[in-house]
Amino acid sequence: MRAPKQGRRTAGCLVRPRTAGLRAVALSSSLLVLTACAGAGDDDGTGDAAPGLPAAEATAPGTPVPDELSGTLTVFAAASLTEVVDDLAAALEQQHPGLTVRTSHAGSSELAAQVEQGAPADVLVTADEATMQRVVDAGLVAGAPEVVATNTLTVVTPPDDPAGVGSFADLARPGTDVVVCAPQVPCGAATEQLEEATGVALHPVSEEGSVTDVLGKVTSGQADAGVVYATDARRAGDAVREVEVPEAGAAVNAYPVAVLADATEPDAAAALVALLTGAEGQRVLADAGFGPPGGP
Amino acid sequence: MRGARPARPASTGAELPRWVLVPAAVGALLVLLPLVALVARVPWAELPALLTSESSRAALALSLRTASAATALCVLLGVPMALVLARTALPGLHVLRSLVLLPLVLPPVVGGLALLYAFGRRGLLGGQLEALGVSVAFTTAAVVLAQTFVALPFLVVSLEGALRTAGRRHEEVAAVLGAGPWTVLRRVTLPVVLPGLVSGAVLSFARALGEFGATLTFAGSLQGTTRTLPLEVYLQRETDPDAAVALALLLVVVAAAVVVAVRGRPAL
Repeated sequence: MRAPKQGRRTAGCLVRPRTAGLRAVALSSSLLVLTACAGAGDDDGTGDAAPGLPAAEATAPGTPVPDELSGTLTVFAAASLTEVVDDLAAALEQQHPGLTVRTSHAGSSELAAQVEQGAPADVLVTADEATMQRVVDAGLVAGAPEVVATNTLTVVTPPDDPAGVGSFADLARPGTDVVVCAPQVPCGAATEQLEEATGVALHPVSEEGSVTDVLGKVTSGQADAGVVYATDARRAGDAVREVEVPEAGAAVNAYPVAVLADATEPDAAAALVALLTGAEGQRVLADAGFGPPGGP
Repeated sequence: MRGARPARPASTGAELPRWVLVPAAVGALLVLLPLVALVARVPWAELPALLTSESSRAALALSLRTASAATALCVLLGVPMALVLARTALPGLHVLRSLVLLPLVLPPVVGGLALLYAFGRRGLLGGQLEALGVSVAFTTAAVVLAQTFVALPFLVVSLEGALRTAGRRHEEVAAVLGAGPWTVLRRVTLPVVLPGLVSGAVLSFARALGEFGATLTFAGSLQGTTRTLPLEVYLQRETDPDAAVALALLLVVVAAAVVVAVRGRPAL
């Protein structure tokens, strides 16, 4: 497994959810985290002055983003975006030496729940629109969410393909151990759509809570096949064999991004959104296997 | 042996520096506050409906079934293990004892990975098992295996402690009076350590009921087959936090009952 480029830097900067009762304890611990992360950011920022991309590209014309951003920007992004968002966060930090970007990655529903519980985040990127809508309905989003990428489903098997899977329909054959996401999570809801589109009813041996658990069951050889996102298959590389599904377009997951209403760094947040929707962001997303915002 | 404890000296409070009370109170709050917060979030009005939904009942039934089976396995395997550890002088016994205790301190997800590499389809034994037509992957048996793995040390530790505390005097007397080893074990040793065995079994049951990491890594998650209560709580949290809280309350109640049951016994 490849380690994300910025994994080490961001690993200590996860933001914990708070409950009202534990506010004092959580506050002091997040202050500690903040200090630690600010230190790490300084190391990153002062070492290398070469910017990752021209400043003009990061700010869409007309967006009121001041030249010098500073402070700490906190980004909550769906787990499937880990590498992309960490890469772009590093690029943004290089453009603005005074700015530190903290990223926190988890399942979309988990991130939404954390935001609803008052976790201090400036930007939220989810792996589906329903989850983002939950946050919008709770009145926690500033402005309207914007779709930055799409993802489709694909079938993966262990490299030696023990069950001989050649199509989506093969997954329904008796004796084939198929693992999918539970319908409660976005990738599971998309899998159900794909079942409807193909007319193939799956009888999975396990319905996992996250797509990474599905991938893990396949790479470890426990399962004969799994239904995952195209980006997961791309990231797994040689550890899996991919069986493309022609009907994949029937279940497209859109990734909306939004600046949160309680953002403490709204300008830096807008800069990150502009970066994601701009040419550089779209190139990084495409490299990771994502489709364009309009769908494949 | 709480019954034999002498009356507490009246001056205990004066002997401690006052400031000790502050971190002690903070510690107590740290343990209690999250539980209070959880209970405060319980949607009492919908509680019966949430606890009797199809998925909740399936998870509860599966959890009770698997935790009971795991506890039975723990007794079956753990009693002989505790006897060997407490009553024999085999070489390398202390190494064995440390190894047996390992699952107690191992992060559950690590236990899950270890089980996967032992009993998984591509694991050490998985290939042979598969050849025999036995596949534990994604079955209820995998859940029981994971639960037994993490719960066994609780039984072994409790029982070994009880065996050491009880000593060998009664056993030696029985042997001198002509009782064979099996009779001594059955009529003397086990009755003497019964309270320790019971509290060990109760702790094992509680640990098995709460097992999460190893089950998730090793067994999978399918309603009625491998999705136990903790896995159901984790999944429900995604879409229905109220249901997750209701099920969490159920687990807290069971845990509290276990603590009361174990603390009420003189063996610990």
